[in-house]
Amino acid sequence: MQYLLLIHGSEAAENAMSAQKMGEVMAAFGAYTEALKKGGVYVGSNRLQPVATATTVQVRDGKTSVLNGPYAETREQLGGYYLIEVPDLAAANDWAARCPSAAFGTIEVRPVWAM
Amino acid sequence: MGEGDALARDAAENAARRSYGKLIAFLAARTRDVAGAEDALSEAFAAALAHWPKDGVPENPDGWLLTVARRKASDIARKSRRHQDASDHLKLMAEELASANDNGIPDERLALMFACAHPAIDEAIRAPLILQTVLGFDAATIASAFLIAPASMGQRLVRAKTKIRHAGVPFRIPERADLRERLDAVLEAIYAAYTEGWSDPVGTGLRRRNLAAEAIWLGRLAVSLLPDEPEALGLLALMLHTEARREARRDADGAFVPLDEQDTQRWNAATIDEAETLLHHASRMNAIGRYQLEAALQSAHAVRRIKGRADWDAILALYDALLAMTASPVVAINRAIAVAETQGPGAGLTALDGPARDPRLSQYQPFWAARAELLARTGRAQEADTAYERAIGLETDPAIRAFLQRKRAALPGPSSSSS
Repeated sequence: MQYLLLIHGSEAAENAMSAQKMGEVMAAFGAYTEALKKGGVYVGSNRLQPVATATTVQVRDGKTSVLNGPYAETREQLGGYYLIEVPDLAAANDWAARCPSAAFGTIEVRPVWAM
Repeated sequence: MGEGDALARDAAENAARRSYGKLIAFLAARTRDVAGAEDALSEAFAAALAHWPKDGVPENPDGWLLTVARRKASDIARKSRRHQDASDHLKLMAEELASANDNGIPDERLALMFACAHPAIDEAIRAPLILQTVLGFDAATIASAFLIAPASMGQRLVRAKTKIRHAGVPFRIPERADLRERLDAVLEAIYAAYTEGWSDPVGTGLRRRNLAAEAIWLGRLAVSLLPDEPEALGLLALMLHTEARREARRDADGAFVPLDEQDTQRWNAATIDEAETLLHHASRMNAIGRYQLEAALQSAHAVRRIKGRADWDAILALYDALLAMTASPVVAINRAIAVAETQGPGAGLTALDGPARDPRLSQYQPFWAARAELLARTGRAQEADTAYERAIGLETDPAIRAFLQRKRAALPGPSSSSS
């Protein structure tokens, strides 16, 4: 089954990190991505630009509105994702726990609707 | 809240859990209906968790719980069949108690543990089931300790209880002939709870520590109820040896400190002494087993506080024995480290070749960390780098991840390499 690991974290806390700490986190993410690939479960991943760059689009009654800003103002923001292929939720949760952000943010594990 | 208040609150919560577990065991042993027993006592237990920390533990905690449970049950007796069941349970209990003597409620928690760790019950759910029935932890708390989604943990616990009732799982301590084998399952479940509580990622420390303390308490309960079982003693000795080093595995900044580099002054000497006494007592019963061997390994590490160096020859011999007994790839990794200590890193690497063929280890952090360490010590920095990367990517504990990252960064780079 495929699962999307949604990485939520505080952008403010991220911005407050020292360059050295940031370097460690990035290196940890590199190793995590490698482990996913070598473990044969990696499908894809992306890091997202900060929520300040977000735009929200809605169409209501035929009118399109385009708003500056994220869908919801939250304490933690969606910062990226991994898409993985594993046998079950337990395996997906194991991988989520290994994500470096799990230690300071939150990883939401969502099964992908099989089409 | 002051530290004293927190201690009083913990003491009250512990008393409530002890009493609750005893009542559940007593009821379930008679009805085989664990869920029904929980229903009958749940509100009274919640009331105890709310009141005792404020008002103090009552003189007769079992009686207090039972009285409140009966009052709550009669309040709502006719509202649903479930509650009718609950009050039936309580009536039965009152009758049983009236016919029993004045020594209070007989302790049947061990029988309850044997039912929870019965071969008919899925192995993975045994430890959670014991934590819920004997100690009254809710499914959400147990789920988060075992990294399982709360809803599915809840379902699996319910299923296990239904199975106990419908399959007629017995609530008794097995006959001597079966005891050793069946006791293994009980000890394994207790140890599973302990190891969950031992891992200590940042931010979850307190909750997990509680789980480790509860597991040690269950280990003590098993020893007190089966004082002549060397493996029960061995497990308690193992948990205490490990627990004695809890503080020493982090330095002042919270960074991970591996066992060989820990300051032995920070080990808890009293706890080590207790573990040694238990292990010594067990060894005189002449029935060696896995937990005694593992406790003896911890003991061979603990001699470093006296002799300045762990007894690596003994450690290797013990891992040989443990490997012969369990054929576990995890044991084989630790044995390879002992080989490296006694015969050099090259021999250690060769000893890792066997477990390396086990596909389960490809996602096992300690295998990659051991391999990286031994590659580094034999001067194969490039390969060590790749192995460290793999270990870092598989680690869940940020302190250990940071430790591995420091080790990786300390590898000689290509430019400074002598080759």
